[in-house]
Amino acid sequence: MTELDKIRNFSIVAHIDHGKSTLADRLIQLTGTVAERDMKEQMLDSMDIERERGITIKANTVRIEYPAKDGQTYILNLIDTPGHVDFAYEVSRSMRAVEGSLLVVDASQGVEAQTLANVYQAIDADHEIVPVLNKIDLPAAEPDRVKAQIEDVIGIDASQAIPISAKSGLGIPEVLEAIVTRLPAPKGDRTAPLKAMLVDSWYDAYLGVVVLIRVMDGVIRKGDRIKMMQTGAVYGIDKLAVLKPQMVDIPELGPGEIGIFTASIKQVRDTRVGDTITTEKKGTDKPLPGFKPAQPVVFCGLFPVDANDFEGLRDAIEKLALNDASFSFEMETSAALGFGFRCGFLGLLHLEVIRDRLEREYDIDLITTAPSVVYHVHMRDGSVIDLHNPADMPDLTHVDHIEEPRIKATIMVPDEYLGDVLKLCQDRRGVQMDLSYAGSRAMVVYDLPLNEVVFDFYDRLKSVTKGYASFDYQMIGYQQDFLVKMQVLVNDEPVDALSMMVHRDRAEMRGRAMCEKLKDLIPRHMFKIPIQAAIGGRVIARETIAALRKDVTAKCYGGDVTRKKKLLEKQKAGKKKMRQFGKVEIPQQAFINALKMDS
Amino acid sequence: MDDWQNGGFGLYLHWPFCQSKCPYCDFNSHVSAQIDQRRWQAAYLSEIERLGAETQGRILNTVFFGGGTPSLMEPELVAAILDKIRATWPRSNDWEVTLEANPTSVEAGRFRGYRDAGVTRLSMGIQSLNNDDLRQLGRLHTAEEARQAFDIARACFDRVSFDLIYARQHQTLVQWKAELTEALAMSLDHLSLYQLTIEDGTAFGARHDAGKLRGLPEDDLAADMYALTQDLCAAAGMPAYEVSNHAAEGSESRHNLIYWRYGDYGGIGPGAHGRLTLGGQRYATDTPKSPLGWLRKVETTGIGEETRTPVPPQDAAAEYLMMSLRLREGTDLARYKAMAGETPCVETIAEMEEMDFLRREGSRLIATERGRMVLNALIRELLPVA
Ligand SMILES: Nc1nc2c(ncn2[C@@H]2O[C@H](COP(=O)(O)OP(=O)(O)O)[C@@H](O)[C@H]2O)c(=O)[nH]1
Ligand SMILES: C[S@@+](CC[C@H](N)C(=O)[O-])C[C@H]1O[C@@H](n2cnc3c(N)ncnc32)[C@H](O)[C@@H]1O
Ligand code: SF4
Ligand SMILES: [Mg+2]
Repeated sequence: MTELDKIRNFSIVAHIDHGKSTLADRLIQLTGTVAERDMKEQMLDSMDIERERGITIKANTVRIEYPAKDGQTYILNLIDTPGHVDFAYEVSRSMRAVEGSLLVVDASQGVEAQTLANVYQAIDADHEIVPVLNKIDLPAAEPDRVKAQIEDVIGIDASQAIPISAKSGLGIPEVLEAIVTRLPAPKGDRTAPLKAMLVDSWYDAYLGVVVLIRVMDGVIRKGDRIKMMQTGAVYGIDKLAVLKPQMVDIPELGPGEIGIFTASIKQVRDTRVGDTITTEKKGTDKPLPGFKPAQPVVFCGLFPVDANDFEGLRDAIEKLALNDASFSFEMETSAALGFGFRCGFLGLLHLEVIRDRLEREYDIDLITTAPSVVYHVHMRDGSVIDLHNPADMPDLTHVDHIEEPRIKATIMVPDEYLGDVLKLCQDRRGVQMDLSYAGSRAMVVYDLPLNEVVFDFYDRLKSVTKGYASFDYQMIGYQQDFLVKMQVLVNDEPVDALSMMVHRDRAEMRGRAMCEKLKDLIPRHMFKIPIQAAIGGRVIARETIAALRKDVTAKCYGGDVTRKKKLLEKQKAGKKKMRQFGKVEIPQQAFINALKMDS
Repeated sequence: MDDWQNGGFGLYLHWPFCQSKCPYCDFNSHVSAQIDQRRWQAAYLSEIERLGAETQGRILNTVFFGGGTPSLMEPELVAAILDKIRATWPRSNDWEVTLEANPTSVEAGRFRGYRDAGVTRLSMGIQSLNNDDLRQLGRLHTAEEARQAFDIARACFDRVSFDLIYARQHQTLVQWKAELTEALAMSLDHLSLYQLTIEDGTAFGARHDAGKLRGLPEDDLAADMYALTQDLCAAAGMPAYEVSNHAAEGSESRHNLIYWRYGDYGGIGPGAHGRLTLGGQRYATDTPKSPLGWLRKVETTGIGEETRTPVPPQDAAAEYLMMSLRLREGTDLARYKAMAGETPCVETIAEMEEMDFLRREGSRLIATERGRMVLNALIRELLPVA
């Protein structure tokens, strides 16, 4: 057990690439937490996808022992939080598990959108914040300008900001000392009933489900019978450990301490981030405030390219779901795409991560249908339906009105691109909330419909700003608007997989774009094929695929018979790979490409 | 009566050498400095003898020297082969011997020799009447040279046909109209007009895959060129009797008709295919593609054939359909049914008739002009699913 005043718990807040992982590596290295020969880069990013994309998906933790200048040895617990908005709830939980933050800002770049989103989370959690100016080894570093920017934009005192180079190690001792002297020690009552927060959980091939906790009050020991207050489930603690970052067993964890346990829990799904853990007997009856169940925000259909992979996909999704309670799935059938699953995600990145893992780890080629948000459909009879799939849109005569989710988007952009960004937001039905400057960068805040953002907003933003903009968002609630279901008809047959919810004012544009795309993607047939986008019975866009005019082998003599016949038979067999809509055959690839978001 | 008798019996001889390889060509043709024509002669004669023994008593309708460039064969070689053939099979009244020739002056010098050897018809690969396009097609001759060679040919033979390749790079409809009009004016009684096909494994194919073969016509222009070709030729008294072949009435290539009417044909030479009905069973035959491989096989084993595969009746019917729908006369459904046991799907036929792709004439099923332009799609519809 460690005395409270010898513990410091903190997280690092940074925009992507500003050096969070590198700084963590240096802290681990300088304190000798990991033997030099075991050091590898980005110690804390454990999944391939995290390393590859430079993002953190799961919270990672390391316990560092630091002999400070005052002669005392301190226990420093670093929780590396996911940096992405999709995981905002996880971030907020992790933040509640620590008392302070290092705010890392790249001194050559300045404050970015994610810096803001994350630092506000830290401020919300009442953190003490120590600003750190990283990459001062770079010639382009402007520590003074960035200091001023932190004060202007974020509104915290940056006069004591620590200049460092996480790359070279410059300033790292000062950072360690500041953690001890400037961040507060945790509070807690060792004699009170156990109250611990479930910060995160994951599946380990050897240990089963591993639960990361922060003890608030009381003591947790190996062998204890504990209770999860949300689920009511009771477990016996099999293993208790701290992360250095590898597991080191420990007999007990007291107030202010952070560690992991295992308890023969079968599925990650049985653990809820933010839940309160107490003892089965004489436990507390007051859970920690702020628990929220995971809420999928973005939905899409996942279908195997090869119908024979359906069972494989089901297995893979079930396995992944064991490990990720925040994603939901149910079976879906589509005339166009066959059997698949309708899946819900925390956001677009989450969607991509899961899809990547299914394709990569389970080797299944997938068709992803256009992402959709969750609409609230208010019916005439007063009931409200959560609509995840445009295909389930009820008959309009029973619908009173529809609400869609909106977000508050924060975009930081060099001022030469400001006009393009404003235009993009305006085009996407945005309402400006704020516009301010920090040096040569503008900060734009917009209220935007989420459905315009899941479409291809991020790609467009990147392209109009040549990648110089940074973007972050948070959900702000639902609002009524003129939303309609747009259907696509090929040769007068509706194609379910291509229908989508759109704002009435944007329907023509989206419909035209879809029809034009399909015109290029569907091969010519022996007859001409109308392609239409329609709302209800009304056609709003139309294209026609002209009839095939020429497909004949110019030369065919005695020596060609065998070869040409084989070719025709192969083409005939290839038709089986197509989906039949009335008389029209649509190649699978056409769906894949039609559903691909524009870039 | 065996089914092949509806089509006749011909002999194809393949000569696999050319002076240079054309960039569009995927025929079994090779460039070789040293060719021992006596050695080749012995192999051809031995193969004729072998085939003759198997098809004893049959009447032979046609012989076709194809390539490659058969006009690189010495007239003595052609004479020896034709002597042997005449000694092996009785000949029909409509006897025809065609030889493919390239239109250079060197080759034109041999035309008379071919005639004396017994060749009755010459098919010349002129390809274009325009020097720039000939260069693009990698041809060794000019248009003037081709015209002169053609004049020599028509002085030697009653029947001379020539080939043109159109739908070339950067070719416009107007240009093709002028070129075809000129070709029709000089033609005798037969023309083969092929749209340029980009074949895998050729120099053009590789350039095309690399996206570097520019100016090829889009489908619609190619279709317009095809339609224009049909109209101009018909107006000049040379209607299409097959997808790419035009002739005055009675001047069709009898040898090629055997293929399209799905008769029997022996294939002799490297890479030559055959269809032979023996003991009531139709076989597909082929030979080694490599010139030396074939030569050695004949010399050491006495058999140039590499495989002989029975063609099941359903497959034979499908082949008949695929070939015969290319002809203006179309497919005899009664014959098809006798082979396959059933006719192609009647609903499909009715639907295609409705759309003006097919029409019926008695028991014959005929592709309309519209239908002939999309014949591959049409046959895909008609072929039973395997
Ligand atoms: N020049 C320089 N580069 C740095 C420094 N710290 C980090 N980097 C580089 O910046 C990039 C992003 O760093 P990383 O730690 O992965 O950032 P994260 O996304 O915040 O975790 C990497 O290429 C690092 O090597 C520094 O102090 N100086
Ligand atoms: C095998 S060649 C032999 C004739 C002779 N060697 C010559 O080139 O003149 C027969 C004819 O096929 C045609 N041909 C060959 N390759 C072709 C292609 N890729 N596309 C269209 N026609 C082609 C040419 O018109 C050629 O004359
Ligand atoms: S087109 Fe004729 S000359 Fe040219 S390579 Fe082919 S066979 Fe030989
Ligand atoms: Mg990182």
